[in-house]
Amino acid sequence: MVSPGKVEIGQGIVTALAQIAADELDIDLGRVQMVRASTAASPNEGVTSGSLSVQQSGRAIRQACAEVRQIFLTSASDRLGVGIDVLTVEDGTISGPGNVRTSYWELAEHVSLDRDATPGAVPKASAQRTQAGNSVQRLDIPDKVFAHPRFIHDATLPGMLHGRVLRSELSAAKLTGLKEDDVRAATGLVAIVRDGNFVGVVSETEDGAQAALKALRKSATWSSDKTLPDEDQLAAFLRAQPSEPTVIDTRTATTSREAVRTIQRQYTRPYIAHASIAPSCAMAQWTAEGVHVWTHSQGVYLLRADLALVLKLPVENITVEHMEGAGCYGHNAADDVALDAVLLAKAAQGRPVRVQWSREDEMSHAPFGAAMAIEIEADLDAQNEIVSWRHSIWSNGHAARPGRAASPALLAGTELANPFPRTISTNPPQANGGGGDRNSIPLYDFPSWRIESHRLLTMPIRTSALRTLGAQGNVFAIESFLDELAAERGEDPVDFRLRHLSDERAKDVIRAAAKRANWKPDKQAGTGYGLGFARYKNTGAYCAVIAEVEGAEHISVRRLTIAVDVGEAINPDGVINQVEGGAIQATSWVLKERVRFDRQRITSTTWGSYPILRFSEVPDVQVELIQRPDSEPLGAGEAAHGPVTAAIANAVFDALGVRVRNLPITRDSLIAAMELTS
Amino acid sequence: MSSVRFRLNGVETAVDADPDSSLLGILRGTLEMTGPHFGCGANECGACHVLVGGHAVAACDTPLWSVADKDVTTVEGLGNAQVPHPLQRAFIAEQALQCGYCVSGILISAAALLKRNPTPTSDDVKVALDRNLCRCGSHNRMVRAVLRAAAEMAAR
Repeated sequence: MVSPGKVEIGQGIVTALAQIAADELDIDLGRVQMVRASTAASPNEGVTSGSLSVQQSGRAIRQACAEVRQIFLTSASDRLGVGIDVLTVEDGTISGPGNVRTSYWELAEHVSLDRDATPGAVPKASAQRTQAGNSVQRLDIPDKVFAHPRFIHDATLPGMLHGRVLRSELSAAKLTGLKEDDVRAATGLVAIVRDGNFVGVVSETEDGAQAALKALRKSATWSSDKTLPDEDQLAAFLRAQPSEPTVIDTRTATTSREAVRTIQRQYTRPYIAHASIAPSCAMAQWTAEGVHVWTHSQGVYLLRADLALVLKLPVENITVEHMEGAGCYGHNAADDVALDAVLLAKAAQGRPVRVQWSREDEMSHAPFGAAMAIEIEADLDAQNEIVSWRHSIWSNGHAARPGRAASPALLAGTELANPFPRTISTNPPQANGGGGDRNSIPLYDFPSWRIESHRLLTMPIRTSALRTLGAQGNVFAIESFLDELAAERGEDPVDFRLRHLSDERAKDVIRAAAKRANWKPDKQAGTGYGLGFARYKNTGAYCAVIAEVEGAEHISVRRLTIAVDVGEAINPDGVINQVEGGAIQATSWVLKERVRFDRQRITSTTWGSYPILRFSEVPDVQVELIQRPDSEPLGAGEAAHGPVTAAIANAVFDALGVRVRNLPITRDSLIAAMELTS
Repeated sequence: MSSVRFRLNGVETAVDADPDSSLLGILRGTLEMTGPHFGCGANECGACHVLVGGHAVAACDTPLWSVADKDVTTVEGLGNAQVPHPLQRAFIAEQALQCGYCVSGILISAAALLKRNPTPTSDDVKVALDRNLCRCGSHNRMVRAVLRAAAEMAAR
């Protein structure tokens, strides 16, 4: 039984961690039971994010299991009277010379694992591992195709009630009137809960809760004095806000090159929704001891810390238990709905309450990935070689996760009669990969640079972590800019990049992608090819992408050819699955996605108004995995987004001769870019 | 309240409920059939697809009365771990999902396709699944899985 602090969010982590445990213990994978994270029993491994689970949890499990194996072997050696060195383990059976044997299961009652891990144990060398590096089938997939309930959405508890929270379509709205009497007649109503601007209903049935919510909506009046930015003037808005500037990195070098001109380009990406297929869901139950919460949050301890702040309870009185949800792609409403459930369950006389958000609330009240304006300026010499490079970012912070500040980051906390302030998003430090500045430091050998990030101090539109944080925007900007320079020099974009890189692993993925895509294929009318490259966070997975696009007014992506290096790939097919998925999701961001709003409200609240890529629009995706079993394993889930974005934009230039610098690349942005060019 | 009768996964079923209730609510609630998932409530994502008389329909947007005397099949009715439907087997073989929340609806849309077209092309599959949204980006694997299932069924 292995109890990690990281959680399954559809990325296959539970399987990869089980493989690591099975390897170290020399047991069949089928014997490993993975325990869901809970504050009652699991280690506190923070949040499952940033493509770090294999690095962090995997390393811890590898170390712990190596020690467990050692403890059992010591015990076996004592009992069998043979030295540890001559014992072998096969699927839990320990044997030694002279046919002596025992097993983990026989020894279990004599060995106590109730102790702290020590740093002494030495895990196996990569060549001795039999599980890692194998594409084993994911442990959770059969349940999902046979519809065995694994999702929190499908769970029920004895005596469970259903809750719904009413939220205005207006942003940061105040509840100015509510005729509760109109709601009391609803069948099965258990309670109407109101605390300031927070209002919800609890009912015996889900239909009853829906009906009560409908009545509640009719009887409520709202006002809002908040104004949202002009969605068509995003860059101007971002650059005009009060902000906190940080110099992320500088490089000064002496160069013999002399700058003769400067070019400057601005890139933007819009707010992007997490847009999980499942609306967020949670269950909560108050007991004599405190409150128990079931959640698909990415961090059970962090959520618990914020719940404690809101409820003014010691953390010991709150148990937060993970259950699987749908893919979340970052900080969505998973944590918010947990507080909703806790607040509604308080009125349920000890019965558990399940709360599920509506599609509309999921698309408008959950945090978004932050919009970004990025300006790159380069001084060039007479040969158009880069002499110096400046990269500036204006964006809200990319992280407002719970459990990290003195004030809670949960939505309902801002709605209570004694409200907590809305958490203004911040950025993780560059040492942890950075936030808005993630991937803004070039991996290329430019002689000098200055990278600056302006974090907004106002936040009219709520933002928090979305897959890759700022990396997608920054890689788009850097790689588009380089493509433009290469084109201006008449230099092949692959050669241009290789010439500016000294990291061989970086060069290898670019060469591998180019080779696999037969770079550069002969151009046909209406088609184009483009390259994008990044090393995620500058410390994670290397990824190079070649995109093939076609179209004129409407761009479609035909093929993405990808080479990726994640160091030791524990589950190669799992890595490929993650990279493919990331590439397709990024294609969706690039071609379709933009959170829409007017001056009062988010307006893209349905799949009709916030379209994502459909089956018929999905490109063919080829992934080549460069295996490096002796290198540190690196996460794969976020490696492709930036490179795919840039590759598509560069391919659009190749096809049409137009540089689109404002995402998404739609008919409108193409026309706007053409007007700018002509 | 009145009683609506239909066949659910081959079993005669009677439900006493408001005939205007959504089929999805009845399936997931009263009948405890949690394969079909709620995604949007507006027939825009496909997570709740079920077969009604062989056609894939959004259960969220289907009133209970409209399935009276009809055959309703959820993903639970396609097959199970002991006797899997070729599609379920193929989705495991191709590891054709990431989070899997959309997959029950996708299996249903694919089952409807294979019923009317046992030898689909890759483009046929994409068109048949175009009403189903997947956010994790497992589309290509799913298409491969449907083609694998079709080939397996044809070889029988």
